[in-house]
Formats: sequence, C-alpha cells, structure tokens
Amino acid sequence: MLVKRRTLEPARGSLAAMAASVAAKPVDRRSFLRASGLAVGGLAALGTLGAATVRKAEAGPMNHALPVEVKKNICTHCSVGCTVKAEVQNGVWVGQEPAWDSPINRGTHCAKGASVRELVHGDRRLKYPMKKEGGKWVRISWDQAIDEIGDKLLAIRAANGADSAYLLGSAKFSNEGAYLFRKFAAFWGTNNVDHQARICHSTTVAGVANTWGYGAMTNSYNDIRNSKTIIFMGSNAAEAHPVSLQHILTGKETNRANVIVIDPRFTRTAAHATDYVRMRSGTDIAVVWGIMWHIFENGWEDKDYIAARVYGMDQVRAEVAKYNPAEVERITGIPGDQLRRVAETFATQRPSTFIWCMGGTQHTVGTANVRAYCNLLLATGNVGGEGTGANIFRGHCNVQGATDFGLDIANLPCYYGLGAGAWKHWSRVWDVPYDYFVGRFDEVPAKGGRDPRTPQQNMEVSGIPSTRWFDAALLDAEDVDQRDNIKAMIVFGHGGNTVPRMLDAQKGMDALDLLVVADPHPTTFAALHSRSDNTYLLPICTQFECSGSRTASNRSVQWGEKVVDPIFESDTDYAVIYRLAQKLGFADEMFKNYEMVQGKYTLEPTPESVLREINRGGWSTGYTGQSPERLKAHMAHQDKFDLVTLRALPDAPAEVTGDYYGLPWPCWGTPQIRHPGTHTLYNTNLHAKDGGGTFRARFGLEKDGVTLLAEGSAPVGGDLTDGYPQFTYGVLQKLGWDADLTPEELATIQRIGGNDPENVANVSWSIDLSGGIQRVAIAHGCIPFGNGKARAVAWNLPDPIPVHREPIYTPRTDLLADYPTRDDGRQFRMPNIGKTIQDKAAADGLAQKFPIILTSGRLVEYEGGGEETRSNPWLAELQQDMFVEINPADARSRGIADGGWVWVTGPEGGSKARVKALVTERVAPGVAFMPFHFAGWFQGEDQRGKYPEGTDPIVLGESVNVITSYGYDPVTGMHEGKVTLCQIAAA
Amino acid sequence: MARMKFLCDADRCIECNACVTACKNEHEVPWGINRRRVVTINDGLPGERSVSMACMHCTDAPCAAVCPVECFYTTADGVVLHSKDTCIGCGYCFYACPFGAPQYPKVGNFGTRGKMDKCTYCAGGPDQDMAEAEYVKYGSNRLAEGKLPLCAEMCSTKALLAGDGDIIADIYRERVVTRGYGSGAWGWRTAYGDTITV
Repeated sequence: MLVKRRTLEPARGSLAAMAASVAAKPVDRRSFLRASGLAVGGLAALGTLGAATVRKAEAGPMNHALPVEVKKNICTHCSVGCTVKAEVQNGVWVGQEPAWDSPINRGTHCAKGASVRELVHGDRRLKYPMKKEGGKWVRISWDQAIDEIGDKLLAIRAANGADSAYLLGSAKFSNEGAYLFRKFAAFWGTNNVDHQARICHSTTVAGVANTWGYGAMTNSYNDIRNSKTIIFMGSNAAEAHPVSLQHILTGKETNRANVIVIDPRFTRTAAHATDYVRMRSGTDIAVVWGIMWHIFENGWEDKDYIAARVYGMDQVRAEVAKYNPAEVERITGIPGDQLRRVAETFATQRPSTFIWCMGGTQHTVGTANVRAYCNLLLATGNVGGEGTGANIFRGHCNVQGATDFGLDIANLPCYYGLGAGAWKHWSRVWDVPYDYFVGRFDEVPAKGGRDPRTPQQNMEVSGIPSTRWFDAALLDAEDVDQRDNIKAMIVFGHGGNTVPRMLDAQKGMDALDLLVVADPHPTTFAALHSRSDNTYLLPICTQFECSGSRTASNRSVQWGEKVVDPIFESDTDYAVIYRLAQKLGFADEMFKNYEMVQGKYTLEPTPESVLREINRGGWSTGYTGQSPERLKAHMAHQDKFDLVTLRALPDAPAEVTGDYYGLPWPCWGTPQIRHPGTHTLYNTNLHAKDGGGTFRARFGLEKDGVTLLAEGSAPVGGDLTDGYPQFTYGVLQKLGWDADLTPEELATIQRIGGNDPENVANVSWSIDLSGGIQRVAIAHGCIPFGNGKARAVAWNLPDPIPVHREPIYTPRTDLLADYPTRDDGRQFRMPNIGKTIQDKAAADGLAQKFPIILTSGRLVEYEGGGEETRSNPWLAELQQDMFVEINPADARSRGIADGGWVWVTGPEGGSKARVKALVTERVAPGVAFMPFHFAGWFQGEDQRGKYPEGTDPIVLGESVNVITSYGYDPVTGMHEGKVTLCQIAAA
Repeated sequence: MARMKFLCDADRCIECNACVTACKNEHEVPWGINRRRVVTINDGLPGERSVSMACMHCTDAPCAAVCPVECFYTTADGVVLHSKDTCIGCGYCFYACPFGAPQYPKVGNFGTRGKMDKCTYCAGGPDQDMAEAEYVKYGSNRLAEGKLPLCAEMCSTKALLAGDGDIIADIYRERVVTRGYGSGAWGWRTAYGDTITV
C-alpha cells in the first residue's frame, strides 16, 4: 500500500506560487526553472519563448487555505473522448490529474492528452486580432477586425455573390459551435460550408450511410473488448487513437482475440498484432474482395443473417468471383494463402470487428472502399451486436459532432440533406420563414453549357468541397458552377496544410480578396502565401476556455466545462460568430431563440440554450434526448457506468438510471421519455427502449421486385416482428397507434402538415417537432426510421458494386487497362479530370521517373495540421524534424544515410520537399511514408518569418501535401492523400 | 513496509509518450531534460517492442555507490532521491546508472554540467514536502499527497505500472497468465535483483 511519507496539506499548483514570488518582473514559467537550477539546455529557438509581447497576467499568490477547483473537460485532440481533469486556482490551470471516473479513458492519456494544460498557457498562441498591412502583421482591435471583415464580406457578396465566400469550419468546434457555424452559413446564403470531415471520413459517412442508414461508428471503443477478431485496415490506432488501445489490448489479452493489421506500412499497431498483412497502397477493394472470395468459396458467410437483413449480396458474390487469389496477388501483392487465413479467422472466430481510418478513406475510391468493408461485415453477420461492427475511428475531438451538425456542403444539421423539406424543417425549428433563406442565396447564371439556377434551386445544390476551394478560386469562372469564383476564405479552426496540391493552395491563397483565420494559432493559412493585405487573424480560444458538448467517435456526447477564461484577447467561437452575424445584419433572427449572456467582450449565446434548440430539431439522428441537464449528470456520475456495456450501473443515481454513457445517438424522443441512447447501432438483440435497433429503411420499400424491408428480424420485444417502413403519422394511423398521441402532439403534427390530410399523413418521425411519432414507435418497441435491409449494392452511387481502380498516379501502369480510374466528370460545381491526369501520367512515363509510392499518416505527438501541437514544447521536443521513411534497399541504391537530408520530389508542378531520411523496414521497398503534421517550410524555404512574431510553432517542417497530388472521390470530393508517386535523392 | 517500484509491460507499451509529457506537465521539466523516455527496440521490424524508462529507484542504487558527495538517499518507500544542494554535477552517477536516468541541464567548458536532475518517483526531494523550494528543485511531490507518479497513472494502455512492488508484480503476473505471453519485467533484475516468475 501507498504510505504517506509525512502528513502535510496538499500543495498543488506550486507553479502559481512561484510565479507570484517573482511577479515583479515579466517572466515566464521556463525562466523560473532556468533561474532555479533546472536550467534549459537544447533548442536555441526556445530562447524566443520569453519574448512574447503580451502575456496573460500570471496567477496571484497561491493561497493554501483556498480549495482547488476541479473542472472536467474533454481532450481536444483525437475522437476517443478522454476526460481531462483540471485543477484550477485563481483562474489558472495549475495541475492535471488522471480522470479515473471516465469509462472511456479511465484516467489515462496519450502524449497529447497528457500535455493539454500547456494549451491554455499558450506561449505561441495568437494573442490579439491582427491584420496584414503592406505585408506586415499589425495588431488591431476586435471591433476594427469585425468591422473591416464584415465590410469586405458585404462588398464581395454584392459584387460576386454569397457563394464567393467560403466558410471553412472545424472539427474542433463544440457541437454548439459547429451548429451555429452551419446556421450562420444558412443565414449568409451559401452551401460552401465544410470542415475536416471532408478530408478524414467523408467517404465513410457517404459509404456507410448508403449501406445501412447512418455514417457513424456502429459500436464503441469499449465494446471492442468483446471482439474475438479485430481487423485494422488503413488504421494506425496505436498512434492516432492511443487510448483506444487500452480497450483493444485488454480485449486481445482476455479473449485471446486475433488482431490483424492490413496496411502498406508495418505500423506501431502492427507491432501489437497477431497477424500483419502488407498490401500495396490503394488496393483495398481487391484485398477485401480477395478475403470475401475465400469466404464465399468455403461457405463461411452467415446465410441466415444475409437472408434476413441484407439486400443484394448475390450481386456482390458475382463480382467477388472475379477476384481469385491469383488476380488479387497480381493487384495487391498479397500471397493468396495469407488472405485465406484472414478470411477464415474473420468469418469463423466471431464476433469480429473491422476498423478503418484514413488509409481506407483518403482515396479516389474512398467511398467504394468503405462499402467493400461494410460488405465484408455484412457477409459475415458482423453488424448489430456486441463485439462486432464497423468501428470507424474518427480523427478530431468533435469531428463526429461537427459532421452531425452539417458542417458539410451537402447537408443541413443532422443529415437532413438540402432539399426543400430539409430547409422547411429547420426554418420551423429556427422560427424564420423559409422564404427568408431562399432570398439569401445567389441566382446562378447559365455557364459552360450548364443550366442556370434560381436561388431556390441553388440552395439545394451541394457546395464546393474543402479539398478544392483553391481550384474554385483559380479556375476559369466559366468552369465553376456558381455565380463567381471563391473570393473570400473564412477559416475557423482548420489547417492549411491538410489537403494535397499545396503549390496550388498557395496560389489560391494569393488570389483571394479576403482571407480570415479564426484560430488559437495562426496556422498555415497565415504563413504559406505572400499576401500583403486583406488578411486577418482572429484569436479564438480552445474548448478548454469555453463550455459545450462534443461527440466522441462512439457517438457519446460529453459536456465539457470551461476550465479557465479565454486567455490573452482570445474569445469563444460563440461570441465571434455572433459578432460577425451582427455585423452582417442577421444576428437578431439567428440568435433569437438563445439565452444571451455577457461574454468576455460582447454578448454570446449560452451553449445550453443552443443545445436545447438542437434537441428541438435533431430528430433524424436522435439528437433530441441529450439535454444539457442529462449530459451534465453523466459527467458528474461518470463512475456509475459499466466499462464494457457503458450502461449505468445498478447503484447509479436516478438521473442517469438505465442510460448509456454520453447518451450515444440516436437518443430518441424528448429528454423526458428518457431513452437511454444507443450503444451499438442496429442491434436487434435489445428492445428499442434499451437502445436496440434495425437497419434504417431509407432506400425505399423494394428494388426490382425484391423487398428492402427486413425479413423475420426485428428488435426483441417489439410489437412488429418483421420489416417495416419509416414511421409517419399515416403509418401510425394504419397501425391504429395514432390514438396513443397526445392532443398536443397531434396538434403539432397537424400544424406541420398544414391543411392537406395527405401532407399530415406524410409527417414523419424526422420532422415531427412534438416527438410524438418517435415516442409512440418506441413505446411499441419499434425504431422510428423503420426496419430495413442493409444494401450490399448502392445503386445510386458510382460503381454500385465496388470494383478495384488504380490510383491516379500508380506505379502499376500495366494494370491500367483492366482497372482504370473513373472517367472525367463534374461533381460539386467543379470538373474532376482524374482520368485525363491518369492517362497523361502513364503516357509521360511518370511511374519510371517517380518510382516510389508515397503515403502519409499520423504521429502520436502531433495532430492534424499540427500547428497547435508543434507549438506545445512538451510535444515538440519529441518530434523535432520532418522526415520521410524509406526502405534500406531504396536508401542504399540512392546513397542515402539514416538521418541525412534528402529531397523528396513529386509528380506535379515540380514539387519538392527537403526532409530528413528515416531508413527503416517499416516501409517496403518502393514505398515511402511521411507524416502530415508539418508546415512552415515550403520547398526548402523556411517560412518562420512569415508568422506574426511570437506565434510561430516551435517546430516547423515541410508538408507532405506539397508532394501529394490530384485525385478526388466522385461521391464526396475526398482527396487522394494516401497514394502518389515520388522520387527521393540525397540533398 | 511498501517498497515502490516501476514496471513497464513491454507487450502493452505502444510508445505513445504519455508518460513523457505527463512528467513534463507535472513538474514543468524544461526542454532538453528527460526524466522519462520511451525506448523502442527492433523499430519497424517484427518483434518491435517499446519500454518506458526512467530512474528505476534501484534497491542497491549504483548512483549512490559512486557519488563522491553522497547526495543520494533512499526513502522509507524505497524511492531513490538526491539533494541538489549537495550535488556537484560531476556526472559519475550517469556513468554508473544502468538505465541512463541522470540528466544534466547544461554542457559547458571544463565539463560543467549543472546539478543532476532525474525522476523523483514524483516524491520531491530533501526539502520540506510540497514547499516552493522543493518544487523548484525537484518538481511536485505526489507521493506526499497520497498519489502515485503521474506517468504511470496516465499511461494510455496501463503498460507502465507504479506502486508497491508486490502489488504491481501481481498485476503483471495475472496479465501474463491471462494472455499467455510476457516478455518479462524489463529491468527488474538489474534494478531490484529480482524478477517476476509466472
């Protein structure tokens, strides 16, 4: 047992006390340690740390008699959702303790989570609003910044149209911030609103939603403890989601589970696997079909499951038959026997789960890859139960929530789409006339032989994906299917080094009339270009400096409590969005439903009141039961939830009884009906009231004479035991359940339907603002969205059955005749000329000039574009150099030494990057890997001087996306981030 | 009497470096000083394993044996601490330590290194517990607050264990039995003249 050496009053936060003792002169924490004998060695660059021009007042004297305030928030890095326990004294975050109570992280963190306290001390943070004047950064006031930005936006709106302003949001927003930003875009009148989900899991959302209903992780990190077989494909969770490994390794140990990693690179996750399969980058579909070939060949598929719950598997079987072991080896490089072992293990040692990340999604065939993965799960009956599922590990702390709330060019909040029905639904929720929004959108002239669009038509057309904003700024206006090019970028919390073709992105930045970066850090958007004016930086605080909810990858919603006030002159997303709306003239309408309170400089809405509006409108996704009170109760009683099932324990207090931790969506009905949330999606083994589910009946009732409703499968205990369509008032009437509606609920349904009885009958579970239809359906043990079959064939998408297609820049030009990329086309207002580029690359012999496949990925210490984490000295010290991993054989033949400088050159536009070589067998011969978190060096040039003084990240380096190249998924505009070609030479 | 030890389960360690930044966070350890670090062997090859290393607080500490000014002492909990007031920065302990634990803040002419710094097992030093002087020289004193070292408490996969040697040995033993493999309690024979038999 632990023995106290002596009994003394706990003295936390001695840091603050020390600060007080020398408060007479401006000095930072490090100066203390230097002065006190713990002197600094190492990086000379750190010498600039103390030179920050403005410092937040450090803490006053530590008063040992005062208690330490403990605040709980959520880590702002990956999507696992680790609780951060902060100790605060005198408004300063003085200590970070393990949050033992959280069932998700149980006290633990990775390198990033264990260092988040640094974020709100923030030596390198952006400290006040700034603008560029004649090429120099100058400090300005918030009022001046908002005024000038607003005036310029209004001028662009008048001259070029609303669609010429691109609103790039963030997966770092809280749910409430994301929702407000989407609502802001609606009031501004554009669908050019997007965020990081575009570049991480947009293809997942599209592919998975088109297969079985919702594009989200089906189970949870905790539930993987139940799995017997776990496949990671294109996921390096040990570095990207380290705390998830706690659950996975425990499951591996206690179940003796099989952990299979399929990846071009022997990752740190592979080091802990029971089986590793090395594949060629960009051949996922051939690999999965190769696995399924063995499954069908040996009859390992789950025939009962397929008959009851899957449509179209026979058509997939016919396609899979073409991918025999010899063909699969020809495409992927994987010997046939290896996949047989994988197939047998996955199909027979169940429950099995399939985990993927950006290795699968960031491809020209991303959506098709994802549907192939889903088909493997469906064929083996591995969706809708404990230990099974498509466990999609999302990237940022709130990328799930920001996706849910429609920071998306093709959706209003909660996946309602952009149709008139969706606009009318949200108009009702927002209490603003539908016609108001119609009037805000541009009329689009006929250009390039395309039809013109009325404002009403334009508001229903998807915007331009964030992967291509610079094309929309640079292409001939005739080619961009909106009123004019992109002229303004409003960037909230988004890096500028996260999508390929940075040479073009740089030109795009230079071409803009207005660039606004609202972020805790200046980001690459501030430093990459050579703009001299019309460039603004707005300091936004981190989520630790404001309150709000965020949705983890497993759909659990967690309430984060403000730890400290926004530091320096930074302010919250809520306040800044409000100020901009005010300046642009629609704040009164947009914010009228919220409780407004005095914030740091201005009024701002309380996140609680924003969440309540979400609760009133988020029926389609079950975001209606998660009231702020329930979420706060979950955070207060985190220790009362089971580690594996996430369900409240028997001794839990009444306010969380029966709930799943974080009320993972869908959490049906109003908060008052106390649905517990849904831990595992589509799980028919549970009653609807206990979080049971079905595949969503969203693709119609039948296809080519075959039913699309489930056959003989339904959640246990329900009144309906077979498939059924989605619930509407008309369906309730047919079932005779309409009598269960209260008069108030019926009145609301009739109001929404209007005078026409047919319209009233068509009022569905997703637009019934009373929640009555959902309540009645759940009471009868039925799922509001119906009980359908999953689709193995998505007939509305390109390649309804996925087929292998070679990457645009492939080293295997011999396969192009059989497996070319898709033909050129137009998507999202833009041309997609992938085929032309693929053909030209082959004709030019680029595969010979650039013989090495380049892929990219994460490091555990950094996240995303990396500006925030590279500015944190505790993390930056651990990864000080950008590097390229190269196989020893390739290094030897090029005279490259480990640790030596090399030039990596890419196939487009003479792109080049100067980085260090890491010679390792982690990558196969002919393959190179670069992490994607670096920026600040550009083609050999150090851009440190381009950041405002004192805000440059400690570590800078070349961006891999200077080298990565053209290629876009036709369904979502996802970029090709994982396969291009390069050459490497000693520098 | 409890005897504190560290144990790193190399079959669980994923080199996430949480232990490293947790240590930096808790003690505000400056750039260039690494009280804890993660070492990976066979990097990128089958058999790749990582271990998190810091001062192991050896039973018969070699650093103490070679220290010319006798700045080291072992607490009742078995934690090896040192006095920075006494330390002359000679560097002998660095040569004696089998784990590379001692760190020095500077490299100067004539071999001056500054006062040695190392992992304190979050137990401070000889100054008064949790006083400012102790924090400035050694960092925080969690043990005096009834808490364990933060590196182990925050370990993402619970690979790094800290606590009473008997208890963490039992935890490790149980794991090895459950999963059927274990590459051993790395460093235990060197540090504690002991190993964990299953």
